[in-house]
Amino acid sequence: MTSLAYTLTDSATMLRRQIRHIQRYPSLTAMLIGLPVVLMLLFVYVFGATLGAGLPGGGGDRGAYLNYLVPGMLLFSVTGAAQGTAISVAMDMTEGIVDRFRTMAISRASLLTGHVLGSLVQTMLCIAVVLAISLAIGFRPSATPLEWLAVAGVLAAIAFALIWLSVALGLVSDSVETASNLPMFLTLLPFLGSGFVPTDTMPAGLRWFADYQPFTPVIETLRGLLLGSGIGNSALLALAWCAVISLMSYLWAKRAFHRRAAR
Amino acid sequence: MAVTTATRPAISVSGLRKTFGDKVVLDGIDLMVSEGTVFSLLGPNGAGKTTMVRILSTLVPADDGSIRVAGHDLAREPDGVRAAIGVTGQFSAVDNLLTGEENLKLMADLHHLGRTEGRRRIARLTERFDLGEMARKPASVYSGGMRRRLDLAMTLVGEPRLIFLDEPTTGLDPRSRHAMWQIIRGLVAEGVTVFLTTQYLDEADQLADRIAVLDHGRIVVEGTPDELKRRIPGGHILLRFADTTALHAAARTLAVAQRDDDALTLQVASGGDVRSLRALLDRLDDAQVEVDHLSIHTPDLDDVFFAFTGTPASAAITGEHR
Repeated sequence: MTSLAYTLTDSATMLRRQIRHIQRYPSLTAMLIGLPVVLMLLFVYVFGATLGAGLPGGGGDRGAYLNYLVPGMLLFSVTGAAQGTAISVAMDMTEGIVDRFRTMAISRASLLTGHVLGSLVQTMLCIAVVLAISLAIGFRPSATPLEWLAVAGVLAAIAFALIWLSVALGLVSDSVETASNLPMFLTLLPFLGSGFVPTDTMPAGLRWFADYQPFTPVIETLRGLLLGSGIGNSALLALAWCAVISLMSYLWAKRAFHRRAAR
Repeated sequence: MAVTTATRPAISVSGLRKTFGDKVVLDGIDLMVSEGTVFSLLGPNGAGKTTMVRILSTLVPADDGSIRVAGHDLAREPDGVRAAIGVTGQFSAVDNLLTGEENLKLMADLHHLGRTEGRRRIARLTERFDLGEMARKPASVYSGGMRRRLDLAMTLVGEPRLIFLDEPTTGLDPRSRHAMWQIIRGLVAEGVTVFLTTQYLDEADQLADRIAVLDHGRIVVEGTPDELKRRIPGGHILLRFADTTALHAAARTLAVAQRDDDALTLQVASGGDVRSLRALLDRLDDAQVEVDHLSIHTPDLDDVFFAFTGTPASAAITGEHR
């Protein structure tokens, strides 16, 4: 076998290991799904009528707010799942088994790619559950099958980027506690963007941040694909952000992994 | 032709140095381990044993020195080294969320064994290491001894020719310890080379062909267990008496004895063999001295360090580097 084939085989083995971990540690997945679901119900049924009335275009009802909220909620689910990645990477690094992997003639990257692919599966699972519940309580998207496919693609792209970022955060954390706190800022970003309310009601400085931070174009792209609102250059911006975050985080994670190895 | 195979080095190290920050952990190590033998690195915590294993098993780079492991240059062909070695560290290297069987399967997959070959080796190791029904339970519920056995079984899935065992019995109860010794002897019988670190003199004595004593990053003495033991005077017999009268009588009879009046004890140097013990008791009987209690002390790590460095092992503790 060539070394590329070995890399693929080893990554697949590590992915199987991660899937087992997800199965054996269901409380983590339950927490990752539970948080966005609870938050969504809270925003729709507690704040929904009031927030819906403030939506641009003469205001709407609770149902209108649900439609507005879901794209941001999906992104929020991704950030939560990314936090799970940082935790599981940091947990792994405290175990002796990683040292064992390092003394074996296996592809060096496979451990990290296994984590990334496993988290991607977990994240898409979370998104599916959140989406199913939103549909059950009245989310009415207008997306065509092709647009649904694009939604899945955009979510996978941002998930991939944030998971690599979380892998790096998990690797630079000295403890599992730090690893679970570091990605916290990610869960705040959908709030400081167009995820929960339109940005034009925010004060100037915050609005500037909200308009230019990476999550807003992602949310706007998802909203456009799901509900037919204008996308403009958001899609291009969103994909560019995903590519940049993925690449930077990958390089950071790789360096952090090698640095930890030398201790 | 037949002579050369037995003496081919599995590990050869010369001038190895390693510092962490400004702390010198290994300071010019030279050693040679012949294929098919057990080499034991003996020393207290903080002597640099674990660092030594971590360097030889490609986990951390050396600062200086030339090292060949299993026929490969460590710095230039780390993957060649990795393919030939197995490592069981001091800290458990099993996946706690997986069952014993899944842990072994993980190793089989990472060694790219086929399905049939993988199953064959897993079945054999499960039986050999007495994992039985526990193999289907997650490793998190294993006892210390069983976890260590699974750990070693995982190391053996790849059938390495050279195994590093870093303090394989530290923290184990006596029964698990003896079980581990049996397993190690079994490996040696199959021709596997073992590099063993330990802080127990008796363990090195039981298992090793050669012992090197590591102190503050230097090897202070190296030799066969017998060569070393001959130079360690620490073995003695401790006699305790009921009262000072008996103690004084005994002290007069046994001219060369260390006396402790408060504890009512006498220390008599001895290798612990039956002949010298019988001679000692005969002399006390002849003098009609009643001995209350007797115990035999074999030399331990402290005695080794007294003999070769002049300080006890406990004085060498400076914090283990990992």
